[in-house]
Amino acid sequence: MGSITLKQVTKTFGDVNVIKPIDLQIHDGEFIVFVGPSGCGKSTLLRMIAGLEDTTSGNIDIDGQDATNTPPAKRGLAMVFQSYALYPHMSVRNNIAFPLKRAKMPPAEIEAKIASAAKILNLGDYLDRKPGQLSGGQRQRVAIGRAIVRQPSAFLFDEPLSNLDASLRVNMRLEISELHKTLDTTMIYVTHDQVEAMTMADRIAVFNAGVIEQVGTPLELYQTPINRFVAGFIGSPKMNFIEVEAVDGDPTSCVGVRPEHLKVTQDKGLWTGKVGVIEHLGSETFLHIHVDGVGPLTLKADGDCPLKYGDDVNLTAPQNKIMHFDAAGKTLPATPFSGN
Amino acid sequence: MATMQSRNLARMMLFPSVVLLLAWMIVPLCMTLYFSFLDYNLLTPGSEEFIGFLNYEFFLTDPAFFASFFNTLLLVGGVLLITICGGIGLAILLDQAIWGRNYVRIMVLAPFFVMPTVSALVWKNMLMNPVNGLFAHFAIWIGVEPVDFFAQVPLLSIIIIVSWQWLPFAALILLTSIQSLDREQLEAADLDGAGPFSKFIYIVMPHLSRAITAVILIETIFLLSIFAEILVTTSGGPGYASTNLTYLIYTQSLLQFDVGGGSAGGIVAVIIANIVAIFLMRLIGKNLED
Repeated sequence: MGSITLKQVTKTFGDVNVIKPIDLQIHDGEFIVFVGPSGCGKSTLLRMIAGLEDTTSGNIDIDGQDATNTPPAKRGLAMVFQSYALYPHMSVRNNIAFPLKRAKMPPAEIEAKIASAAKILNLGDYLDRKPGQLSGGQRQRVAIGRAIVRQPSAFLFDEPLSNLDASLRVNMRLEISELHKTLDTTMIYVTHDQVEAMTMADRIAVFNAGVIEQVGTPLELYQTPINRFVAGFIGSPKMNFIEVEAVDGDPTSCVGVRPEHLKVTQDKGLWTGKVGVIEHLGSETFLHIHVDGVGPLTLKADGDCPLKYGDDVNLTAPQNKIMHFDAAGKTLPATPFSGN
Repeated sequence: MATMQSRNLARMMLFPSVVLLLAWMIVPLCMTLYFSFLDYNLLTPGSEEFIGFLNYEFFLTDPAFFASFFNTLLLVGGVLLITICGGIGLAILLDQAIWGRNYVRIMVLAPFFVMPTVSALVWKNMLMNPVNGLFAHFAIWIGVEPVDFFAQVPLLSIIIIVSWQWLPFAALILLTSIQSLDREQLEAADLDGAGPFSKFIYIVMPHLSRAITAVILIETIFLLSIFAEILVTTSGGPGYASTNLTYLIYTQSLLQFDVGGGSAGGIVAVIIANIVAIFLMRLIGKNLED
């Protein structure tokens, strides 16, 4: 079991409202990712769920029980920290055994649990080493090992991959997803990296300035963002936003087109511009196109794109891929767009 | 320090200070060594003659030597025990978020800035005096006989005074060490179900071990040569009850005018200090590695 319900949860530090009232239902066995720019309150909310921060008002229910004031150890949650927070003077074995010893588990049982965790996470060769002798990825695994032996009702991850290099991050992303499928336990994962969010999550909660902007599956957020912030945050490279002049009877103040939906056309398109920097990634090409009166637009093209720096291009996009936002940033129902 | 030039430059720039340090150390050491083999008494000037190891024989077979040797060990050990236990406690208290924490920290450091003679005199005349001292007043107030500290427990009194002086040092070093402890480790321990006591034993103490090692090494160096506190309070007495090696050497060479005997004692003290140093480095020095 591992369902967590947040009811009108808030947090203030002094006069600052870090978390404005938040309601969120996290289902048992779900992999939910809190994503948002730094300082948006996502880590604070995670720490409140863990019990490391007091909740200013509202309730946190874990498995139907009010746990708002329960001490961290009694909540049955395990956390993996950004710095891994391994105990540097203890061997890997003792690090993993620490929570079990505190729970007064018999030694034979502890040994069995360590062995099974070591097997799941491929730690067998390192059990007698100190954390200082391990690489970043191995430390990460030990931190996860220390979390899984407690058999928590939910795992909390606080930006666990941000200290790893890019290729290792991709591997660990897969391993954590794999672990989630194996253990089938609720996981709450905090990150500022929307790629991690998109690839791992069952559901994503997008945070901004202490509120949840939108909760939904990765594809929901990508296809039907409810506002300009979510539209801009989800998707890489970022969505292009083009301010448009207000027309009577049309509340649209801005339209958005994702780089992958922007196309170069021979006909007269919606916009014309000059090709700027071209980034060749092999499988795809990112073109930065300067459009007069609009600013730079990013366009994702095929890997063998023949355009060169300084070329003039016409750009277009399918009408159903153009999103409309009103002055407050809210998404509007799609209407035909004919350029500015 | 990568290139040959920068290495050579570094050596050249170190050279003057190394020479100065060597001269400062080697010359007095050689003179002491030389005097220790002479029958050199200031009461009979001009009659110095080489007497081999006789000075050492006298010094090492003197009952006062053994008394002062054990007093030295007791003094060093006692002060280390008090300052480290007390220092850990103080450091943990000072690490708590309290109002006016910065002022409290400065206040706690104050005893370290008071010169040894002054603090010993304050303790002797204002606190431990059996008639006028604060402790005596307190004893009378609760209805027990005041303790005459320097007559009844002279060595303990000196240990208390010296501990008071060195407690701030230990507390400060340990405080900086506690502050460098990764808070996420403590939070992880919270989640792992460790109570305050477990956290102290398994997280804080291992983290402090290096700082404790440093405190032990530094304090031992200074505590082996405690002198001023003894001179202004007990003058080593009653009998030899509060005489340490440093003080014994002082009585030998300056009160009995026996420069030769005092020098022999000095050399013995140097050897003992080195034995203690090697012993300490072996025992706890590996904590300072890596």
